[in-house]
Amino acid sequence: MQQFAENIETEKKFDIAKIRHDFPVLHQEINGRPLIYFDNAATTQKPVQVINAIDEYYKGYNANIHRGVHALADKATNAFEASRTAAQSFIKAPEAEEMIFTYGTTDSINLVAQSYGRAFIDQGDEIIISALEHHSNIVPWQMICQEKGAKLKVIPVLKDGSLDMVAFKNLLSDKTKLVSIVHISNALGTINPVEEITKLAHDYGAVVMIDGAQASSHIEIDVQKINCDFYALSAHKVFGPTGMGILYGKRNILEKMPPYRVGGEMINEVTFEKTTYNDIPYKFEAGTPNIADVIGFKFALDYVNEIGKGNIQKHENELLNAATALMETIPEVRLVGTADNKASVVSFVVDGMHHFDVGMMLDAKGVAVRTGHHCTQPLMNEFGIEGTVRASFSIYNTVAEIEFMVEALKEIIAKWK
Amino acid sequence: MEIKDRATKDIETIQQEIIDEFEVLAGDRESTIFYIMELGQKLPELNEDHKIEQNIIKGCQSKVWLTADPDKEYLHFSADSNTEITKGLISLLIRVLSGQKMDDILNADLHFIEDIGMGRIIGSQRSNGLVAMIKQMKLYALAFKSKQK
Ligand SMILES: Cc1ncc(COP(=O)(O)O)c(C=O)c1O
Repeated sequence: MQQFAENIETEKKFDIAKIRHDFPVLHQEINGRPLIYFDNAATTQKPVQVINAIDEYYKGYNANIHRGVHALADKATNAFEASRTAAQSFIKAPEAEEMIFTYGTTDSINLVAQSYGRAFIDQGDEIIISALEHHSNIVPWQMICQEKGAKLKVIPVLKDGSLDMVAFKNLLSDKTKLVSIVHISNALGTINPVEEITKLAHDYGAVVMIDGAQASSHIEIDVQKINCDFYALSAHKVFGPTGMGILYGKRNILEKMPPYRVGGEMINEVTFEKTTYNDIPYKFEAGTPNIADVIGFKFALDYVNEIGKGNIQKHENELLNAATALMETIPEVRLVGTADNKASVVSFVVDGMHHFDVGMMLDAKGVAVRTGHHCTQPLMNEFGIEGTVRASFSIYNTVAEIEFMVEALKEIIAKWK
Repeated sequence: MEIKDRATKDIETIQQEIIDEFEVLAGDRESTIFYIMELGQKLPELNEDHKIEQNIIKGCQSKVWLTADPDKEYLHFSADSNTEITKGLISLLIRVLSGQKMDDILNADLHFIEDIGMGRIIGSQRSNGLVAMIKQMKLYALAFKSKQK
């Protein structure tokens, strides 16, 4: 009981000073000005807890996992598998075996496209994605459609950057075999109704994949509640290491999928005549994995859990509301993506100025934003623009930083008009 | 076609002038970027007819169009871009190379870029773009020179 009360206590407290202290990279100057890091949708910064965990692994127990009999191998294997369990509980998956370690979201989607797609998509079938998708959730499906003679259908977006759900319902048919949708748009911040999308797709017997690259650091994820068949995320977008991610898949589907990459680790028995494959998840984890980063990932998830998604959302909503209100006071600025349900991202264009120029000048003032199409060229086309300036916020950002950016923008615009 | 002036100063002299101008900015990144963008605003706009795929320089993040007009052994350049910062950068290259002899363009060592510390100011991606522009200008010089023979 005592313990429980303490947990509630920690969940309640959101200590921004402590959080900022945990991220060493934030404490530097760019062009003589304190760094303001607003490129969190591209990648988040790493807390010392993650950095130390990776350091400690290499210094203390670097070993190849799973087959070793010695103590180091055992320790490394335990830490590696502890990460799988942590990831499982992070997205509330039923079983740890349903969590496959990949190189990241892109790799996870490729795995599903190449393994599930090759085996179960046929000529004349249809795959539905949305106009909000990152190139990572477009190109793998295009490729499998081309190979199989299947069709790629696209749910359009409404003016505010939310999905046209009426159009989605009209796209669904008995031909729909797979629906793959982004949970939170990286370019606009739109949070999609993934539970409803999954339910509608399942009514037609389609399997559903959710691209959770952006969702992981912002909102609570519950794959059982969503009831999706696959869920992908990247560690580096949730304070973890780069080049490492997760694919969640429902056991019954993963089991009937053929391996995608083959080699060591993923086998049960190999003779020159025949190979039998290992069980999930190892069937999909050929070769020596990215052990250090997988281990580091657990510390990132622990870090998020300790702060609590509730606290994170509350803080980020404050940031989003402040940013939206302040940006709306600049007449030359037009926000792109204004859906009601939105993560802490503001994407915008400035009248008469190119986004590269704006981004460059913000950087000169110490504010790191992203400019361009954000790997969502089809989406930019829908809005009739080439790209935007995007400021994406995270747990360590403050309203004061947003105020600084808005003042800087005003100065830039005034000077440039 | 309008008659363009041949350069009155050699490449080295113009480079030195640019270096001196940038020295005043004392390496302050923000003022330097603003200065380059202001230079970009002064660059005469390229006629829309020239803003075609064929004139686009590959390897630049922003769109850059470049045309070259020969005038005996001299070569004139005109260029444009969709971003001010890139326009500013091209305007510097045009100032140095346009109206010069093809041979001099081909042999030019554009050390002013490094002397200014451009890489640090504009970042490595745009620096690569700048290299692509120079390469294209030299290619034009080479192409027109071999045509003359
Ligand atoms: C929505 C979305 N999907 C997929 C990806 C690709 O992630 P990764 O590059 O880690 O594979 C990103 C990263 O930008 C993203 O934002």
